[in-house]
Amino acid sequence: MTDSLTLPPPALAAGGPPRGLPRLLPDAGTVPVDLRAHLAMHGPLRAPGGRDGLLREVAAAGLTGRGGAAFPVARKLAAAAEARPAPVVAGNGAEGEPASGKDRSLLWIAPHLVLDGLQLAAGAAGSRSTVLYVPRNERLHGRLAGAIAERAAAGMDAARVELVTAPDRFLAGEESALVSRLAGGPALPAYRPVRGLPRLAPGRAALVQNVETLAHLALIARYGAAWFRAAGTGAEPGTMLATLHLADGRTSVVEVPLGAGLAGLLGLDARPGPAEAGAAAPGVPSAFGPVQAVLVGGYHGAWLPAAEAAALPLANAALRPLGAMVGAGVLAALPADRCGLAETARVARYLALESAGQCGPCFNGLPRIAAAMEHLAGPRPDPRARADLERWTGLVTGRGACHHPDGSVRFIRSALRVFAAEARVHEQGRCGGTDPRPFLPVPAGAPATDEDWS
Amino acid sequence: MGKRLRLDPVACAGHGACAELLPELITIDEWGYPIVADQPVPHGLQREARRAVAGCPALALALTRVA
Amino acid sequence: MTGITSSTALWYASRATGVVTLLLLTAVVVLGILVNRQGRLPGLPAFAVTGLHRNISLLAVAFLAIHVVTAIADPYVTIGLAAAVLPFASAYKPLWLGLGAISLDLVAALILTSLARARMSRRAWRAIHWLGYAAWPLAVVHSIGSSADARNGLVLGVLVACVLATAAAVAWRLAHAAREVPRAGRAAAALSRVSARKAGL
Repeated sequence: MTDSLTLPPPALAAGGPPRGLPRLLPDAGTVPVDLRAHLAMHGPLRAPGGRDGLLREVAAAGLTGRGGAAFPVARKLAAAAEARPAPVVAGNGAEGEPASGKDRSLLWIAPHLVLDGLQLAAGAAGSRSTVLYVPRNERLHGRLAGAIAERAAAGMDAARVELVTAPDRFLAGEESALVSRLAGGPALPAYRPVRGLPRLAPGRAALVQNVETLAHLALIARYGAAWFRAAGTGAEPGTMLATLHLADGRTSVVEVPLGAGLAGLLGLDARPGPAEAGAAAPGVPSAFGPVQAVLVGGYHGAWLPAAEAAALPLANAALRPLGAMVGAGVLAALPADRCGLAETARVARYLALESAGQCGPCFNGLPRIAAAMEHLAGPRPDPRARADLERWTGLVTGRGACHHPDGSVRFIRSALRVFAAEARVHEQGRCGGTDPRPFLPVPAGAPATDEDWS
Repeated sequence: MGKRLRLDPVACAGHGACAELLPELITIDEWGYPIVADQPVPHGLQREARRAVAGCPALALALTRVA
Repeated sequence: MTGITSSTALWYASRATGVVTLLLLTAVVVLGILVNRQGRLPGLPAFAVTGLHRNISLLAVAFLAIHVVTAIADPYVTIGLAAAVLPFASAYKPLWLGLGAISLDLVAALILTSLARARMSRRAWRAIHWLGYAAWPLAVVHSIGSSADARNGLVLGVLVACVLATAAAVAWRLAHAAREVPRAGRAAAALSRVSARKAGL
């Protein structure tokens, strides 16, 4: 399941807080950590100071959600603590993003950290009912069920844990889609006019946290806020799991401190060069082959030219002003010999087909946008396609119940910027890409009925 | 402190009654779905706005008080 | 033909308002299908179709009320107040009137839930609104069995017209439902439509 996992060298002192990295994933490669090893490494779960102490520590640590939205965890936990009746607590491991593998890796290797975090969140919320929302995978499901049963036998968990499978959809992990699934229906995003905790049913709220966030929670409870802040930046503290797609085609999940340089992560030659946006040049050299552009933040993220990306850290403070974001930590280094427009068109088609089909602007707009992208990725595209694309991207933004149209538009607009030179080459009937093989992972098939969303 | 129109895009089926009743604030896009202006409803249009809300067959439009 | 005396006036009123109610209910059902299918009436804006559907339903309730009250007040037949809402509680023709009572109950549910629509869940409102497709045929059967009117002449003609109109509207709706793409397939359908068009570019 996690065959392509590579990890940086270990630095764990037995019995004490992990010094340096990794923290979440142990040094034992991809071997899952069972309950005994987990307890030997981290000791029993303790939350000094009870619920209030935990909330204080999490607030001091500055932990933000690792599911992509980076919402302050302390605020969510505080809202959950105030909700009456106590909300259902859900760990979100659905990971609908095809290019991300960190959540399923974490669940496979270190489920007990996630389960510890789930218990802590339940304690903070005053809830005895939790759910672990996981991808549809029998082996993973079996492993998690076993871990839950093992803990139950040891009497470790105050709140019961239910395993719920997510459908294989891009939007399955969207917060309101998760809640719809928990309520017994298909995992369809819902219209949420009121901010705050999502509603599972009238009068019942849900606290949803990404599984990686829960794992960090489990460590903060043991080792404290100061320890957590020892890595990362002042504004964006701690470590995170990132999924790297290197230029030679290999994929790996690594734990990195926030603020780590993208160049180091992707093996890019960090020597500053002329930052030409969209230059159809040989690309920036890297340890794994020349790279033309880097996708930062997954399929709702943004492309950046390789030279520009090589100078940037993995931090929202630096990425947001450029239209990109950390998101769920997906980083893909597009080799120089690929066609960036063709890659974008393939993903755009996938994003269109993954529309929930609920909101008119989305299920009308995204397919047209995808078709236009496919056209631009071909030879001598009609100039109207570009104008249509501009109009449609403006027309869908902000008009869906969820952020699927907005995120998809961000991704596509960044492609038009970064691959502008490639677009000019296509207008002359040629293509700068010499390798036609697809680079970014795009699942085959498309949903057809509600069954595919359940 | 004013009233704003809020559209539930999941409930909306593109009937278009709202745009007929409040063309000053609601237009229809090329696929038949309403584009609702995100600005406070002027005092002179409050009654028309309430009619537009009531006139939606899907009850997808709402008039909410937004600080 | 005998003259209308004060004692038969109520009976005639009940029968007449009954026919009108059936006509109005038929119009409501047909207009409801028009709203659902985003159909239009020539010369009228979209909001008017919805407006007519709602207003005619209220008019139908008014005529239904007169129809029931005059039938109860009429001394010629024994129909108690309870029989208006409780099925089969009437001494006179309990079966046929009972069906009318059920139809009335359903109509009341539809009207009340629609008035309180903003305060209930969408799913609940829709589920009850579907009962309209039960209320209408019950009203038709009630009409046929409750008096000999429906078996000849003008009233029979009206009845047949109502049934044909509703059948046509329902057939139209079913035909669309058979062709309709499920929500999960909407984007894929749009994509193949657009790709096919661009292929001609």
